[in-house]
Amino acid sequence: MSVLVFAESSEGKFKKTALEVVSYGKKVAEQLGTNVVALTINASDSSELYTYGAEKVVAVSNDSLNTFNAKQYAAVVTEVAKAENATVVVVDSSIDGLYLAPIVAVNLEAGCASNVVAAPSNVSPFTVKRKAFSNKAFSNTVIATDLKVIGLAKNSYGIHENAVAGTTEAFEATVVESGVKSEKIERVTGKVTIADADIVVSAGRGLKGPENWGMVEELAEVLGAATACSKPVSDLGWRPHSEHVGQTGKPVAANLYIAIGISGAIQHLAGINASKVKVVINTDPEAPFFKAADYGIVGDAFDVVPKLIEKLKAFKAS
Amino acid sequence: MKILVCISHVPDTTSKINFTESDTKFDTNGVQFVINPYDEFCLTRAMWFKEKQGATVTIVNVGGAETEPTLRKALAIGADDAIRVNVNPTDGLQVAKELAAVVKNGGYDLVLAGKESADYNGQMVPGMLAALTDFNFINGCVGIEVDGTTVSATREIDGGNETISSSLPLVIGGQKGIVEEKDLRIPNMRGIMMARKKPLQVIDPVGGEASTNVQSFEKPAPKGAVKLVAADNVDELISLLHNEAKVI
Ligand SMILES: Cc1cc2nc3c(=O)[nH]c(=O)nc-3n(C[C@H](O)[C@H](O)[C@H](O)COP(=O)(O)OP(=O)(O)OC[C@H]3O[C@@H](n4cnc5c(N)ncnc54)[C@H](O)[C@@H]3O)c2cc1C
Repeated sequence: MSVLVFAESSEGKFKKTALEVVSYGKKVAEQLGTNVVALTINASDSSELYTYGAEKVVAVSNDSLNTFNAKQYAAVVTEVAKAENATVVVVDSSIDGLYLAPIVAVNLEAGCASNVVAAPSNVSPFTVKRKAFSNKAFSNTVIATDLKVIGLAKNSYGIHENAVAGTTEAFEATVVESGVKSEKIERVTGKVTIADADIVVSAGRGLKGPENWGMVEELAEVLGAATACSKPVSDLGWRPHSEHVGQTGKPVAANLYIAIGISGAIQHLAGINASKVKVVINTDPEAPFFKAADYGIVGDAFDVVPKLIEKLKAFKAS
Repeated sequence: MKILVCISHVPDTTSKINFTESDTKFDTNGVQFVINPYDEFCLTRAMWFKEKQGATVTIVNVGGAETEPTLRKALAIGADDAIRVNVNPTDGLQVAKELAAVVKNGGYDLVLAGKESADYNGQMVPGMLAALTDFNFINGCVGIEVDGTTVSATREIDGGNETISSSLPLVIGGQKGIVEEKDLRIPNMRGIMMARKKPLQVIDPVGGEASTNVQSFEKPAPKGAVKLVAADNVDELISLLHNEAKVI
């Protein structure tokens, strides 16, 4: 018996979510009285995973797996799960990870729970807490099958050090025919993406026009944050669609979400509810965002944001 | 081309979320149900194929009779016919098993499903469906063109896009971008009249079983009031974020 986690990497480096799933897997393994095994695909050095509790790392290297392919990756996870006699498989909720869990579950004839936000409250019956209704509620779900697949929500369990003496074993995985072929990959380089960012600086229609985004970008740069926007802003073409957050846009589960000139409509909040700390800057004290936020400034963005940038620069330098 | 669009019947985004029966059931009282927004993008894309390239568009829902108004609305938007699998599913796997049976019996070339439903947000059905049918699968799809049996699609990846080629049959997990929001169709009067006469077939489930069950629901703990900081005192905000919230 074991708990298998898939530790996702990009260009050889582990994503933050990979460390989170290993931390989580370790916890589940403890609850079940077993070990956590981490699977890596084309990661250069997996010893970092020992720090978070992986006693065994199964390392797959194969050039055919250089780009993510849902069915091929799922087949590898399935093969390793069988080889390691895994009873629980944990996958993260990165943009790719989200699609692995369900396919692995079908392959293993396992019950599957996605959007899981906490360690099992009980292992018999195996009960996990999941986000539902666009973060407006949670469901406590029992996975009734012997084998279980868990999709862990991002930033929900956190990263916990739990150093062990680990070993890494190479594994020859079978690459299955997938039917789809990657032709071209285009990435915006040099920018923090919303999915990876710890801090997101977001602005809405209150900024009046695209020419005013300079200060939003500057604030993001000072904080090492990603930039985002509300839906009307991307609809108006002031910012790219990839920055639109909310119910119909991207979900944000950051540690800090700063909303500037965003009213806080329910569809916007649905996408950012999972963020830990929310700060709002808005001229209107009645803006609904103030009800959802932890910290707020009632004030004009054009006055507050430049001051904030200046003070943060001084703070960072000190 | 035979297209199947999976339609989920979900509470409107502004709905108040409450539970009944000791927090074990979603309280549908006063809740307005709509076509799942992600499925709406897929349906509009399917209409485009139908009108520009020629295709038949069938819609399918796994659910009780209460979902029929949502299916009629999708028919009013222009789908040709509808199938309702008559069972109230309890998890994504059960939905996927029922859909897989419909897909296998119907000989579809292209199956479009929204990447997630706006109620349970599972993101499980499209992938499970692809696995159960052995169709090709493209997740997070933000663009698709079909030429004969050859497909060129774009999917979202971390920080960018990937162009993918595939052949039919194919399952798509679609999202905004597959069409733009301004292009979404709203049913018009003629569509609504015609939809009444379009076939809506109710079929029995194949008995796909769920593998999970919801024991209870809960709502997030009430949030404390916002801490307001004066606009001329951003130092205090920085200090709170650093010392109290520990996020910078
Ligand atoms: C089905 C559906 C799905 C949707 N999905 C999304 C979604 O995913 N994401 C999303 O964001 N929206 C979504 N919406 C739209 C949503 O309802 C709101 O319309 C939108 O979030 C409003 O954007 P906003 O706050 O930028 O603009 P506004 O509503 O125009 O608010 C602007 C805010 O800026 C403030 N302001 C003005 N001037 C200043 C200033 N100088 N300094 C500081 N503050 C200022 C104002 O007080 C106001 O609160 C959806 C709507 C529907 C119906």
